[in-house]
Amino acid sequence: MATTATVGNKSLWAGGVAPLKASYGKLMMWFFLLSDAFTFSGLLIAYAFIRWSAPAYKGNPDDFVFSTEYWPIPEKVYDAFPGVHGQEWPLVFVGLMTFILILSSVTMVLAVEAGQRMDKKGVVKWMLWTIIGGIAFLSCQAWEWAHFISGSGVATIGDVFLNGRWVEDYEIMGAGLSFNQYGPPAFAALFFFITGFHGFHVFSGVVINIITFFNAANGMYEKRGHYEMIEKVGLYWHFVDLVWVFVFTFFYLI
Amino acid sequence: MATATHIDAHAHDDHDHEHHETFITKYIFSLDHKTIAKQFLITGIIWAIIGAGFSAIFRLQLGFPEADLSWLRPLLGKWIQPEGSLDPQFYLALVTMHGTIMVFFVLTAGLSGTFSNFLIPLQIGARDMASGFMNMLSYWFFFLSSVIMFISLFLETGPASGGWVVYPPLSALPQAMDGSGLGMTLWLVAIVFFIVSSLLGGINYITTIINLRTKGMTFSRLPLTIWSFFLTAVIGVLSFPVLFAAALLLVMDRSFGTSFYLSEIYIGGEALPNVGGSPILYQHLFWFLGHPEVYIVLLPALGITSEIIATNSRKPIFGYKAMIISMLGITVLSFVVWAHHMFVSGLSPFLGSIFMFLTLIIAIPSAVKVFNYLTTLWRGNIVFTPAMLFSIGLVSVFISGGITGIFLGNSAIDIQLHDTYFVVAHFHLVMGAASSFGLLAGVYHWFPKMFGRMLDRKLGYIHFWFTFIGIYAVFFPMHYIGIAGFPRRYYSFTNFDAFSGFTDLNAFISVAAILTFFGQFIFLFNFFYSIFRGKKAPLNPWKSNTLEWTTPRVAGHGNWPGEIPTVYRWPYDYSKPGAEEDFIPQTVPFSETMDSNLPHENDMIAIEKEESASEIVVDGAKGH
Ligand code: HEM
Ligand SMILES: [Cu+2]
Repeated sequence: MATTATVGNKSLWAGGVAPLKASYGKLMMWFFLLSDAFTFSGLLIAYAFIRWSAPAYKGNPDDFVFSTEYWPIPEKVYDAFPGVHGQEWPLVFVGLMTFILILSSVTMVLAVEAGQRMDKKGVVKWMLWTIIGGIAFLSCQAWEWAHFISGSGVATIGDVFLNGRWVEDYEIMGAGLSFNQYGPPAFAALFFFITGFHGFHVFSGVVINIITFFNAANGMYEKRGHYEMIEKVGLYWHFVDLVWVFVFTFFYLI
Repeated sequence: MATATHIDAHAHDDHDHEHHETFITKYIFSLDHKTIAKQFLITGIIWAIIGAGFSAIFRLQLGFPEADLSWLRPLLGKWIQPEGSLDPQFYLALVTMHGTIMVFFVLTAGLSGTFSNFLIPLQIGARDMASGFMNMLSYWFFFLSSVIMFISLFLETGPASGGWVVYPPLSALPQAMDGSGLGMTLWLVAIVFFIVSSLLGGINYITTIINLRTKGMTFSRLPLTIWSFFLTAVIGVLSFPVLFAAALLLVMDRSFGTSFYLSEIYIGGEALPNVGGSPILYQHLFWFLGHPEVYIVLLPALGITSEIIATNSRKPIFGYKAMIISMLGITVLSFVVWAHHMFVSGLSPFLGSIFMFLTLIIAIPSAVKVFNYLTTLWRGNIVFTPAMLFSIGLVSVFISGGITGIFLGNSAIDIQLHDTYFVVAHFHLVMGAASSFGLLAGVYHWFPKMFGRMLDRKLGYIHFWFTFIGIYAVFFPMHYIGIAGFPRRYYSFTNFDAFSGFTDLNAFISVAAILTFFGQFIFLFNFFYSIFRGKKAPLNPWKSNTLEWTTPRVAGHGNWPGEIPTVYRWPYDYSKPGAEEDFIPQTVPFSETMDSNLPHENDMIAIEKEESASEIVVDGAKGH
């Protein structure tokens, strides 16, 4: 537009133009993500606060046993892999999950890039892959949760809830919101709440991705003349991915 | 005439909103920022009546502990005990709801919601907010939150009663007291919706200010009102999410058996199973919002005051840049002082001194602002409109309350003063009174633009003096009571001999508070009467420079019937030497004010010419 040009050569901030070269929708997405980042920071700070006020395990990692007396070593908790029994594969599964999520970010980048070229087929294809990545991540998380909940041992809360077998007087294995076999109760509560909150973000992302996927496939954005919606959704998706890196670091690495 | 020929960048969204409007789309589910602003205002006023009414009731109890309150029974029912005194549990509920309503519903939603919505598009020269739909959602989330909070007032067990800060464990254990039951749950639900509403609003305000300023409206030409709304929104977007996190964890503790905030608690001699959490964690999370929140409440009031004081002193605001820088300073600092609310929570004294240092630094930008107001007033041709009186009143209470902040900011002195009436006096002056004055000043000033009619001036003066004297009569004595050691939130002091010497003072405060409460009905009458019957307003009643006064008396959706005006100068050209009139609106180019231009402003003429020339070329090309 001509007005933009006349002002543009003087100053971007002179009014009558979008100074950051971003539409209002994209700006809003940025500010939303900024505020959401603060929500996650609040939660992770809560994690750190509780984590470091609980006693740490002091002995030799090889002699580690689970106890509510001290915070567990993450490698000892997250060492299971679907289909693998009796072996310890510390952090392999969560590594796989992380890899899947990062891969889905890559496919999202490709979708955005295809959108900029107005390549409808490309957008549809890469959005589909992103959705599959998101669903795969969520399924992994479901397995991880299920395993964490039912725990390892003779009687598990899975027995109580799923098999209806109520055994009196045994030690409950596995984890719930107020108790767990691995360490202080707060350990499980924080795990469920924070990974759950993140998982909910991923879930919303998948839903939004599916909607934009159908809109793209139906040619809605093509008619509109641009694929900006994909860019906005992409921002959200990358953000969720980035947050996972922090969640992962807090829960699994330190 | 550059104003007439320039091309409107937003002309494309100028389609006829007027034609197919029904009552519902015009007044209820409206996308027009002006209507949404009025919705926020009216809802805020209703809440203010309820919240202030609560304070009148609990002041009755505090001032006259022996009095027979059975005459309130038709209103309060079983909350008046058989012997005629107020139920102690309900007293706590009243205090809690008073704080919650005033801080969140009146001074956050009622103030920011009203004036950010109303003034941002009008003063930056935009047709509406960036997203009218999100703006509407923001109001309706606030409405939903209001409804839930309102319902909680009528519960069998009463509304939340743990103080407006709802500290756990009191708030986390439903068995702790009646008010920690369903009332507390509804409180949390309402606040979650409130946070959603304020995020939707805040993101919209920020984006609108960045993207939709009209041509020529640089950041250094923005009225200070807009700067203050901008920074308020930034604070809100960064701090409310942390309250959101805190509230979610509290919900988990209350309803799902976790112990984020709970550890080693005994109730009735029996140990609860919760271990490992910490109530101090909640305090950190809460005050990380809580302190910025007080500036969310205050900054818009300061912005409104800047505008009104400059206009009615007929002088440019003193230190425009200094005002912006100090607001930026306050914004940044407001995030790093939260622990001054926790000096006696067992915080390490070393951390205490760091937070003390940071807290006291805030006094500097605050003082800069106060001095700038005073120097703007200094030797001005002051026009004492009711809005101006309230603005000057704001400066007064801001000084009185700010000074006590410096006492409290010292961690050693705070050991004595924490949780006494001294704190109550401090924040009611600096936040409660100052922001309410800002809100009232804003209503008096922009009422003509909102409703196209004038408020009655005489009633405005009576209202001001009533309120101003009332506020000091209520809160000044509280300092003494606080220094004497009266703890806040106590139901009764009759059992303590040490406090018997202050019975008269307490009664005096209560009388003053109740009179001030009734004084507000003068305003309410004036407000509702003038909406329908007030004198028709002239286009620019206060001879002001900002853009909103270039719209028609009652502006439709889209604000300007023709093109959006272009801006050529800052908004504070009042009493400029050499100018014909004592104000030059922002839409007047320098080329038309040769007599009053400063040397560097003459240089601007060339740029103006260049721009309008290129526009005319474009005009020709488009065949206008
Ligand atoms: C010079 C600047 C200020 C300083 C140094 C200051 C300092 C403090 C301190 C240390 C407290 C905690 C007292 C206690 O609980 O023991 C406090 C409480 C409070 N201040 Fe300020 N303050 C300042 C300005 C403000 C402003 C501008 C506002 C609001 C607009 C404000 C609102 C509040 C509120 C609401 C509380 C009490 C919260 C509660 O416990 O319910 N203060 N202030
Ligand atoms: Cu504070």
